[in-house]
Amino acid sequence: MRRKLSLSQQDALLGLALIFPSLVIILGISLQPILSTLYLSLFETSRGIEAQRTFVGLGNYANLLTDAVFWVTIGRTLYFTIVSVGLELVLGLAIAQLIHSHPPGWQFLRTSLIIPWAVPTIVNGTMWRWIYNADYGALNGLLYQLGLIDKYIPWLTQPTTAMNLVILADIWHSVPFIALILQAALATLPADLEEAAAVDGANALQRFLFIRLPLLRPAILVALVIRTVEAFRVFDIIYVITNGGPAFGTVTISYLTYLESFSFGHVGRGSALSFLISLFTLIMAFLYIRVLYRPEEQ
Amino acid sequence: MKTLKFIVFLALALILLVSALGCQPQQAGPVTVRVLTMEQAGPTVDEMNAIVAEFNKANPNVKVEIEYVSYDALHDKITTAMAAKPPAYDVFLVDDIWYAEFAKAGYILDVTDRITKDMRDKIFKAAWDITTVNGKVYGMPWLLDQKYFYYNEKLLNEAGFSEPPKTWDELVEQAKVIKEKGIVEYPIVWSWGQYEAAICDWVTLLYGNGGRLVDESGKPAFNDAIGVKTLSWMLQTIDESITNPASVSYVEEDVRNVFSQGKAVFATNWVYMYDLVNFNTEQSQVTGQIKMALMPAFGGSGVESATINGSMGFSVAATSPNTDAAWKYVEYLTSEDVQNRYSAHLLPIWETSFQGENLEKLKGYTPANATTVPMFSAQFPYAHVRPKVPYYPEASKALQLALQEALTKQKSPQQALDDAAAKWVELAK
Repeated sequence: MRRKLSLSQQDALLGLALIFPSLVIILGISLQPILSTLYLSLFETSRGIEAQRTFVGLGNYANLLTDAVFWVTIGRTLYFTIVSVGLELVLGLAIAQLIHSHPPGWQFLRTSLIIPWAVPTIVNGTMWRWIYNADYGALNGLLYQLGLIDKYIPWLTQPTTAMNLVILADIWHSVPFIALILQAALATLPADLEEAAAVDGANALQRFLFIRLPLLRPAILVALVIRTVEAFRVFDIIYVITNGGPAFGTVTISYLTYLESFSFGHVGRGSALSFLISLFTLIMAFLYIRVLYRPEEQ
Repeated sequence: MKTLKFIVFLALALILLVSALGCQPQQAGPVTVRVLTMEQAGPTVDEMNAIVAEFNKANPNVKVEIEYVSYDALHDKITTAMAAKPPAYDVFLVDDIWYAEFAKAGYILDVTDRITKDMRDKIFKAAWDITTVNGKVYGMPWLLDQKYFYYNEKLLNEAGFSEPPKTWDELVEQAKVIKEKGIVEYPIVWSWGQYEAAICDWVTLLYGNGGRLVDESGKPAFNDAIGVKTLSWMLQTIDESITNPASVSYVEEDVRNVFSQGKAVFATNWVYMYDLVNFNTEQSQVTGQIKMALMPAFGGSGVESATINGSMGFSVAATSPNTDAAWKYVEYLTSEDVQNRYSAHLLPIWETSFQGENLEKLKGYTPANATTVPMFSAQFPYAHVRPKVPYYPEASKALQLALQEALTKQKSPQQALDDAAAKWVELAK
């Protein structure tokens, strides 16, 4: 005898049936490429119309993990990620606070913040390549006019300088994103807590550190996770500004993946790299959630 | 509500219709030939578009659509496009150094049988070497180019010199005087950025010093004493502020911009720069002041001149469904008539264009040709090709890294070149 489904079970079934089509599409778009990348990463593939595939198991991973270039590149990518996201968070928070205090013209400020964020990264890269140009770039022009330098500086000719300048370009582009998220979060915070604290004698810094910042934590978490994952996978801005130069000084892990898969035709190795990138970003997102996410506060 | 449903229905029907049409193998009307080429160091976009328009007008059953990328994006765009079936492009521009790789991968159509006797006889022999791999022809040569030595005659005269340098040593002497007199801060600008451009300048200097990239057996030879001496010389010119220090991040277009502003007295670049720098008043502040000379070599090396052969060809995608129409366009683009008429920024591959009465005609096609045509004939015997090996992009990147490591003082020239040579040996295995 068939047992009749309870009402809630029926609901669940209906729900499943309704999300089934979109589930298929989402899995098709997101899971299928990941799985096929994983599959490809187990082979060594020659480039060509009739590509030869040799199964190498985890050979590509073993090669990468024992390759000094891989770890140097990871280190460089982490440097990029930590410095750019760190500065973006500090600046973004400062700007959000500024807007939140509603100075004259704050609506205009908030709207114009969108502009750097709205510029496509490739355009942003091209723009900064021009700005940094040693002979006719705006940066040299500006510093020279201000009397800060007496001679034009060839900006992109040393690995560390080039990396820091790429970070600057990335910060310019991404600070608005963090500022807007935090500003939106600030606008929803209850004012009475801070008022109560003020009555109890907490000064502005204490109110910020012990009331506002903890309340902002969920928003900071969202901004940090999104930006860290993005920064870790940075590619286009580097491709345009430095092409990975000078002397590989700005080659990040995504750039290395691009070189291996597209320029050199090592599809297997490139796939293994892509997969490792996903793994690293997953670990970082996990760490953030462990450190910043406290469900009891919700 | 009813209208909304109707609109949705219409949209869906349209999508279905379009996708159904897209699935049909052959459509009625003209076949489309998609062309991928570069916007850099060659004909301008306007010139290339004009050739396409001419061709489309003369061939109503073929419709050519052309797309442009920068040189440095071209290789990877082709390999990505070839992963699709049918490929995203039917015709593409292929650099000399990619022919071995693409032929091995089966990307480019073997057109040996399509080359007529007329083409074989009238086109430069050296041009066929570009598109030939293991005796088979894989495309039409199109851009016969090499790096030329440019100098700003007005500024050089101001420094008290009437003749351009014949050797790199002489260039350094002249540069020192130019600096002393305060004419420009950095007398010469190069394209030593982390791109193929760096290899081109390096080959020019290396061969000008009696060195070579590989020996007879194909083993790397650039890390010998001559190679190290040449790279050390490059570094020294940066230290002495003779070379513009930003050269380490520059490509050819940066060189052109700096030179066009009169900020350098000397430069090396492809042929396209001459017309733009000397005649284009919109893009250059030094029009009428620019001359070309034979590329210098190093004194005592026994070499008179040396430069890089940077030629390219047009090939048809082997998996293209429209190879005949595609080849027709390639033939048209590289035909003697088209090449003669559009010779301001690239010179014809046709030896016959340089002979007899044709030579005078060729010199007259554009204002630049009067200078570039004789210069081409004088310089081309000294042009050196890079090795034709399937792993070239990776080998080149290793050498680019070595040059950059030495020029930014991360490694000594010897160490950097040794490391690159070791990589080349590993790749050849």
